[in-house]
Amino acid sequence: MSFVENYPAFSIILCMAAAIVSSGISGKYARKLNMVLICVVALLSAITLEFCCRTQTFYVYSMGRFPAPWGNEIRFGVLEAMMALFFSVIMFFSILGGRKQLFREIDPFKENLYYVLLDLLLSSLLALVYTNDMFTAYVFIEINTISACGLIMIRENGHTVEAAMRYMIMSLIGSGLILFGLCTLYDITGHLLMSNIKLAVIEVAQTGAYHVPLVISIIFLGVGLAIKSALFPFHSWLPDSYGFSTVSSAAILSSLVSKGYIFLLIKIFYRVIGFEVIAESKLFNVLFVFGLCGMIFGSISAIRENDIRRMIAFSSVAQIGYIYMGFGLGIEAGMVASVFHILSHAATKSMLFISAAGLTDASGGSKRFVDLSGAGYRNVIAGITFTVGALSMVGLPLFSGFISKILFAQAAVEASPKKMLPTLICLGISVILNAIYFLKTVLRIYVPVESEYKSIRFKGNELFGVICICFIILNMFLGMFSEPIVELIEEGLAYFA
Amino acid sequence: MLEGIVYNFGEAVAVLLFVIGLLNLLLQKNLIKKIVGLNFMDTGTYLYLAEKGFIEGRVAPILADGITEAEHYINPIPSGLVLTGIVVSVSVTALMLSLTIRLYQRYHTLDMDEISTILRKGEIE
Repeated sequence: MSFVENYPAFSIILCMAAAIVSSGISGKYARKLNMVLICVVALLSAITLEFCCRTQTFYVYSMGRFPAPWGNEIRFGVLEAMMALFFSVIMFFSILGGRKQLFREIDPFKENLYYVLLDLLLSSLLALVYTNDMFTAYVFIEINTISACGLIMIRENGHTVEAAMRYMIMSLIGSGLILFGLCTLYDITGHLLMSNIKLAVIEVAQTGAYHVPLVISIIFLGVGLAIKSALFPFHSWLPDSYGFSTVSSAAILSSLVSKGYIFLLIKIFYRVIGFEVIAESKLFNVLFVFGLCGMIFGSISAIRENDIRRMIAFSSVAQIGYIYMGFGLGIEAGMVASVFHILSHAATKSMLFISAAGLTDASGGSKRFVDLSGAGYRNVIAGITFTVGALSMVGLPLFSGFISKILFAQAAVEASPKKMLPTLICLGISVILNAIYFLKTVLRIYVPVESEYKSIRFKGNELFGVICICFIILNMFLGMFSEPIVELIEEGLAYFA
Repeated sequence: MLEGIVYNFGEAVAVLLFVIGLLNLLLQKNLIKKIVGLNFMDTGTYLYLAEKGFIEGRVAPILADGITEAEHYINPIPSGLVLTGIVVSVSVTALMLSLTIRLYQRYHTLDMDEISTILRKGEIE
């Protein structure tokens, strides 16, 4: 056994240890520890990714050396390592980009708690990505929910506490459904490890026994995770949570937290239930319809919004709709497109939130469009970054959004004819709607007006500027060198089952 | 159908509790009632697990009297899951209650709709 195989387990445990240490030290040191931690996790994930790419296979790591049907397992391949690397990089950028706002918006005495929550969030995300055990996944879903709730409410004003409450209520309904689905699945299969469940499920599906409990557990798991990742019509908690929390929290919540749940859902499709059984249960068709509705209604809500942060939040609803629509196509190409969109959306949405914070800073802290007029001239780098993000969301070539839209369109052509036409029509409408609200905002920030607000220069804000440039590079990298990434995703999905 | 319910009486009650809890968590306006609903929902799930994990005539898996046949004992994992689940639901309930205290101190009401109305009015002003 190679030493690299320990790294995924190391990175999860390191995060938890860092969270415990952070709760006892001052904010300054907790911040440094958090930064070092994320860099170490990114490095470990990168080495794991390189190792998996080189050896072209997947690895099973049994925790505590208990053999398969009893022990707890971590399983990783190319896709898992890539997700872990990507999540830690995005988290790093989001925290650094929103650092200035963070100092302003949270109580200095509570700063170390913020980093405790971030460490816990990272550990739960990594665990959701790597784990091969359903009940461990459930426990880490709850840890993820609790730390996300903390990230929302740490900026203490009425709005965030109310938003955190709404988030908790919807999330707990989701996790209740997941737990019940899990219990039913355990009841009919007798296993908790994903690979063992799959073997049992194949047997159950072949004999036709326990058909109703199996379908019920698939529905509960699917709906539970859909509620948690804010699929339309379960998105009511989302705009307030993203709109009023601190900017780093909003960037992390939108780009990482919901993606962790979606990744777990992909895992359930491939590794727990099996693609054919899910397809037979018609869950894909349900997700397809709700995904399409999300794409349209999320964008319509965003158009009606008068607050830049809430507008970006509603745009998340539309983008989550894209991802579920890709699942709903029910073919391999749709899955690849969805996984690519997970990456593309995570990179773009965190970039939009961070740059929007730069624009609001240059407009006296107001998030309303009226005050944002001309903000692109007052904070040049934030303006450029927002424009790049907006163009990527609309789907202009060179940027990452274009590649995911093209992948979705290609997948739609390959899918069944009944699904092809609605997908292409909704993609078209959604692109137009995206263009309406994003380009409206871009035009608004570049209206030449005399304004009493002070400009923000690059000097004195180097960190923000550098992070913005990194985001632009990351986005264009995803947009221009997408081929190797898509190949990696295809390879990863092949080892996934 | 009826026979199935009678035969699986425990599971039927558990599912009923789960549904009652879910509806309360979703539909009640009062935050405390919502939290009570949450606990109903979780308890329903644990009852379901415990009911499924117990087999009539077998005992808890502790080796006594030298009997080593697996048929004599029940599977310990469902009970372990229930315990883990209880820990999770306690921490979540504590978090919900602390949020409720914060909201009550700020707005002097436990009604979620009223709190939203107050917040929306504040935005317009």
